[in-house]
Amino acid sequence: MEATLGPLPARRREVVPNSVLGMLLFVAAEVMFFAGLISAFTITRAGAKPGTWRLPSEPVLPAAATAFNTAALVASGLLLVWANRQYRRNPASATRTVLLAWMLGAIFVVLQGREWIGLLSQGLTIRSSTLGSFFYVIVGAHGLHAVGALIGLGVAWWRLRNGTLSPGFLLGAQTFWYFVVGVWPVIYGRVYF
Amino acid sequence: MTGHPHDAARDPGFVKKYLWSTDHKTIGLQYMLTGMAMALIGAFAAYVFRMQAAFPGASVPLFGPVEAADYNYLVTMHGTIMIFWVAMPVLLGGFGNYLIPLMLGCDDMVFPRVNRLSYQIFFLSSVVLVASFFVPGGAFGGAWTAYPPLSANSAYSMTPFGSTLWLLAVALEFVAFLLGGINFITTTMNSRAPGMKMFDIPIIIWTIVIAAVLFMGSVGPLVAGAVMLLFDQVVGTGFYDPARGGDPVLWQHLFWFFGHPEVYVLLLPAMGIVAEVMVVFARKKLFAYRTIVYSAVATGIISFFVWAHHQFVAGIDPRMASLFSLTTLIISIPVAEMFFVYIATLYGGSIRFTTPMLWALGFVAEFLLGGVTGIFLGSAGSDIYFHDTYFVVAHFHYTFFPIAFMAAFAGITFWFPKMFGRMMNETWGKVHFWGTVIAFNICFIPLFITGTAGDHRRVFDYSMFAELATPEMQSLRILATRALLVTLAFQVVFVINFVYSLFRGTVAEANPWKANTLEWLAPSPPPHGNFAAMPVVYRGPYEYNVPSRALDYWPQYEPADATDPVAPGARLPLPQGA
Repeated sequence: MEATLGPLPARRREVVPNSVLGMLLFVAAEVMFFAGLISAFTITRAGAKPGTWRLPSEPVLPAAATAFNTAALVASGLLLVWANRQYRRNPASATRTVLLAWMLGAIFVVLQGREWIGLLSQGLTIRSSTLGSFFYVIVGAHGLHAVGALIGLGVAWWRLRNGTLSPGFLLGAQTFWYFVVGVWPVIYGRVYF
Repeated sequence: MTGHPHDAARDPGFVKKYLWSTDHKTIGLQYMLTGMAMALIGAFAAYVFRMQAAFPGASVPLFGPVEAADYNYLVTMHGTIMIFWVAMPVLLGGFGNYLIPLMLGCDDMVFPRVNRLSYQIFFLSSVVLVASFFVPGGAFGGAWTAYPPLSANSAYSMTPFGSTLWLLAVALEFVAFLLGGINFITTTMNSRAPGMKMFDIPIIIWTIVIAAVLFMGSVGPLVAGAVMLLFDQVVGTGFYDPARGGDPVLWQHLFWFFGHPEVYVLLLPAMGIVAEVMVVFARKKLFAYRTIVYSAVATGIISFFVWAHHQFVAGIDPRMASLFSLTTLIISIPVAEMFFVYIATLYGGSIRFTTPMLWALGFVAEFLLGGVTGIFLGSAGSDIYFHDTYFVVAHFHYTFFPIAFMAAFAGITFWFPKMFGRMMNETWGKVHFWGTVIAFNICFIPLFITGTAGDHRRVFDYSMFAELATPEMQSLRILATRALLVTLAFQVVFVINFVYSLFRGTVAEANPWKANTLEWLAPSPPPHGNFAAMPVVYRGPYEYNVPSRALDYWPQYEPADATDPVAPGARLPLPQGA
């Protein structure tokens, strides 16, 4: 009788850890959110009547200065990859790298904020032109995500320092940070040039 | 209820148990009951504006005289509520939360606290929406699609607070379903009972999960569009203002990129409910299980490429219109495939006309009419004539009423014994079914006719249009309104049956319908943690009338040699590795 039944089914285990899978699904929705914003930007710019997109009086977006911010953000992401490898060997050894990645991320946010203040003082506001509206909404949406991800990463660092960090939390926070880092070069390439 | 003596001591109290619960069943019922309560508001709105359409200028009982602005916000709120606050919470939030862990054989969702947060945000969104009725200027009246520039500028909409609250409520609602969807998908991937392979998952779980994937894939662009609309309303940007370099049609793209998959987000769970009910009451194996799964996936994928069929008259490129006509006609193929498979499931079955089965069969019949009339609207040529007429209204009510109400009633009457441990009254259930379905048809068939004759769907008073204000046309409008009143009256039968059965219905056993899926192993109603011993799955969910067995059903959780050993040489229900 047993032979006709075949082997009993094996116990199931998580294919991908719950925290990573949950975060990946959230990130997928977020990717679509930014895809919506960027495609709206592209379509509107392509169809804009002459003179409505950017006013001549407005400053040109500082693409070169922002390249430095971009580099800081990407470096932060790479550091976190390295921190993850350290963590898997010996959790405590990753503490400093996570902090360093967090600081680079914070530098990005601060420099972006300084850039905004400069642009606002030079006359590019959210209401001055379509470019201004899109610039502040897209870059601002990314900035808010960066702040949220930094809070998550900061909590991860704090728990890591105190030895209370669960691997799932670190993976989830990491996944979200990689999203914030990964979507930025796309925004930078589309919006600043 | 036959609890441990310690159970009383650990009773978490009313608030913790019903208002602050992380239990998927409580959250599912919270979603469902909130949805049903919102349905009352949506139905009341329909009653008022239909009375105005049939008897223009008359004072409507319980409301009073209907002004043009009232008409606009009632129509808007009816659409918004029925789709976002009734169909979504009942079909996805309600059945999804309630059934997924039970049918997969696990104790709860993988993120129970995220799930609680999901309902709380949803509840908050309902409060915000209802609150918008009472702000200065009144509730938003720019239709549930909220097209700019009407929605973007309060000088046009004249609802400075209503339109912003509307947008806020919708955004909160999306956050709630995003969190819920993450739970649905993660739980289905990671928490199935041992032995439940991919193709042992009940169809309703497949369809809910595919719907969740569709929702999460399509909602992002709409949220992006909503953020821009919010900035247009509050900050005064010009994203949708052509005079300032913006583009109002951009909103239509972003809205319908979400809006059309959303139709399938709601249709697919309804199809899943109907499949479960039909199989149990046809006592026959589901015909072509995998075809349904593949068709549902195909429907989901194609649904991302049909959105511009809502914009045929918005000035899009005619070449693009033909392309979208084509994809729209193509999407009817997998949906039709699913319907054929359902009919094939019925063929040769021992059909039992219980209340849930009647609703399921009614769903197939009525949705078919909705689908067929959709062909005329999906083809750009005829849509230019039909656009924004009552033909469109009748068409989408023939799809949405079966989805949001008939399938939901099928599901509620089917799982009521599991949810509350008592049976619903069959006789009154059938009275409710026949009353509702017949009246529904008398309500909407006249609207096909008036729509074809030219009735525009947003006209407040036809007496200003001589060619439409004929006695023949008006008598059709009055007929539709009277039928609506009958439809609404029959819902009282349901409410009474529901409440009465909740307290006085016959006590239900664990598996009253003799069904196969795992939720019927749990006691009725299931306690916290669902199962006394976690189930193991031995076969697919639809093994009815297997020739070698004496019993006509074969539960997924039953080991092969427990009661009814497989006869030597008999075919195993699922080949190994399937």
